[in-house]
Amino acid sequence: MKLIDYLVQNRSEVLQLTLEHLFLVLVATGSASLIGIPVGIILTRRTSLAKPVLAIANVLQTIPSLALFGFLIPVLGPYGIGRVPAIIALFLYSLLPIIRNTFTGVNGVDPAVREAARGMGMTDWQMLTQVELPLALNVIVAGVRVATVISVGTATIAAAIGAGGLGTYIFRGLRTVDRTLILAGAVPAAAMALLADLALGSLERILSPGSGGTIINRRRWVVGLGALVIIAGLVAYFNVGVATSGARIVVGSKDFTESRILSEIVAQTIENGTDIKVEQATELSGDLCHRELVAGQIDMYVEYTGTAFTAILKHPPISDPRTVYDQVKTDYASLFKLEWLQPLGFNNTFAILVRGDDARRLGLKNISDAARYAVNWRAGFGQDFMSRKDGYPGFVQTYGLRFSEPPREMDLSLSYQALANHQVDLIAGNSTDGLIEKLGLVQLEDDRHYFPPYEAAPIIRRDTLDRYPQVGDAVNRLAGRITNEEMRKLNYAVDAEKRDVKVVVNEFLSK
Amino acid sequence: MSQSQQSEPRSGSVDGPADAVIQFRNVNLQVNQKSLVEGLAFEVLRGETLVLLGRSGSGKTTTLKLINRLLDPTNGEVCVEGTSTRSWNPIELRRHIGYVIQDTGLFPHFTVERNIAVVPRLKGWPENRTRERVRELLQLVGLDPGMFANRYPRELSGGQRQRVGVARALAADPPIVLMDEPFGALDPLTRAELQREFAALTKRLNKTIVFVTHDIREAYTLASRIGLFKDGHLIELDTPDRFASSMDAEAQAFNKSIE
Repeated sequence: MKLIDYLVQNRSEVLQLTLEHLFLVLVATGSASLIGIPVGIILTRRTSLAKPVLAIANVLQTIPSLALFGFLIPVLGPYGIGRVPAIIALFLYSLLPIIRNTFTGVNGVDPAVREAARGMGMTDWQMLTQVELPLALNVIVAGVRVATVISVGTATIAAAIGAGGLGTYIFRGLRTVDRTLILAGAVPAAAMALLADLALGSLERILSPGSGGTIINRRRWVVGLGALVIIAGLVAYFNVGVATSGARIVVGSKDFTESRILSEIVAQTIENGTDIKVEQATELSGDLCHRELVAGQIDMYVEYTGTAFTAILKHPPISDPRTVYDQVKTDYASLFKLEWLQPLGFNNTFAILVRGDDARRLGLKNISDAARYAVNWRAGFGQDFMSRKDGYPGFVQTYGLRFSEPPREMDLSLSYQALANHQVDLIAGNSTDGLIEKLGLVQLEDDRHYFPPYEAAPIIRRDTLDRYPQVGDAVNRLAGRITNEEMRKLNYAVDAEKRDVKVVVNEFLSK
Repeated sequence: MSQSQQSEPRSGSVDGPADAVIQFRNVNLQVNQKSLVEGLAFEVLRGETLVLLGRSGSGKTTTLKLINRLLDPTNGEVCVEGTSTRSWNPIELRRHIGYVIQDTGLFPHFTVERNIAVVPRLKGWPENRTRERVRELLQLVGLDPGMFANRYPRELSGGQRQRVGVARALAADPPIVLMDEPFGALDPLTRAELQREFAALTKRLNKTIVFVTHDIREAYTLASRIGLFKDGHLIELDTPDRFASSMDAEAQAFNKSIE
């Protein structure tokens, strides 16, 4: 019931996301059909090509979608995030079923029918258009159907690179451990997949040569498909139209609540202090924010000094906050033409977390205390923590930690829940995370000072700053204003109390 | 050679006797070093029904496909209307020759009418002439046009389908018709019925027909001459009367099967 209330209350946003989703799927499977069907036909004429081409399409399909998105970012440069890479990825996934079904459909035409067609003096083109394609059409449509259903599902992941669609709700829900929100994205997406399956399934039956499909039926289908394409076109038109008027800058945020709050703080500060319109590109995972900023896809975002120092610049971790800030400021200016503004105040370092009852029962205060119990524990870490220089390897070495099994790599937002549910016993969260309080977790002190500082500060492209110097002035007024406690409260308000980010930030800035 | 000459070759060219429509001149066909037919040298005369008889795999169907150039000979040449099939445009050649196969090869997504009208439409006949021709042919093969024209092949019995297959092969009034075991898949009663009707039909139509079968009774019912195939060779070619008294072992084996 909560789900239905939510969907009804947010119907305009749900509709918008649904249309965005539909747009991604239609453009991707539409273009995959335009390319894949001719390719499939060519393969039936050049059978020696069939094996290698199908093998390539097969391999494309096995690439995990997030990996493919990540790969497309540098390849596509300024188009590396948003709809373009999403559509390209969905297009690549759609190719295999369409090519394969076209190939097998055309090849599967009764040899007697084919021989009769040749024997009667049809040219290859006549045989293809009058006999093979009509008879294979239902199999080809079945391929398009599979591709469409796959695309509807995969398109949810495209929200991770700012392509919008129903995945936006799913990622937002995962981050805030809000089941209703996850369902608000998943249920409409599933419904869309089912509807597409049903619609294309019945089209397939109508087109199958064994059915009594009449011309009228087919005509109705053509009209229906045409209407869909027009709707998709309109959605695309309006979305593009909105994005191209007046002075505006784009603020990015990573795929966790705090980053989202910080981008909202920056956005509202700019809009309050200047007459520049701000757009936000949210849910950018990994180092997407950085790459997009360098590519000019976004103008600014809030970064952590430690992340920039070790993950981006690949310096060995050090623990003095001042040195780190000065170094990243210098390096970013010379390497990337990016400017660091003043730090906002708080330090969001990795927080090694255990359950509250474990901490009390075993009297755990700092990480060294936990080291002797760790052999019986399972650990769960985010991909970020596992892959960073100042993350997992140095951490276990510094504290001489060993776990009962190799740590599980999981989504950061899921790891809190996994800890609370006893699926793991130790995780690396963020020290300002609102979920720490909500789930009754305890942060262990970094008694050997392993983790470097992670001060939050906005970074901005130099050309943007030159064009709109008032943006730098406005945002620098935030310097030092957000303490660790403030940040934890903000996170708690959004994560635990499920309050709207815009409202929470507005209250904070009004103080 | 220009298109118009290909589509309307004059019969009785200088290459052979005036009444030889199809000539095999020492034809071999090898596929992957395996010989499918070897040393074929015979003629099909205008207006005759030549039945090619033999066991499965003896080379009858291969011989048929050499005529409408679904296959090309490795050595030797096949002449149709005095012109080597290699010199024919294969598309024109095939539209000049009717073709019926055992599984009919009717297009399942076409109505009976559209199936029969395929070659006339490929040849660009005017629509009303085509429609008239379809009605005429349906009557010729004993199917009521009002009842059958708009049916799909799946709505027909096996015998009806074969009648449509024959009608389709005759649609553009080709002088030559190739038939590859057209009645082979039918039940014995329907088969006998169609054979009788077809024998009567051929007498009226004056077509040159090459008919492949492994059924000796069918051969005797239809043939003006019988050609016997064994292991890719044509080992006997004679009128039914003379074939009945042949001394050849394979011919005797076939003849014995109906005693």
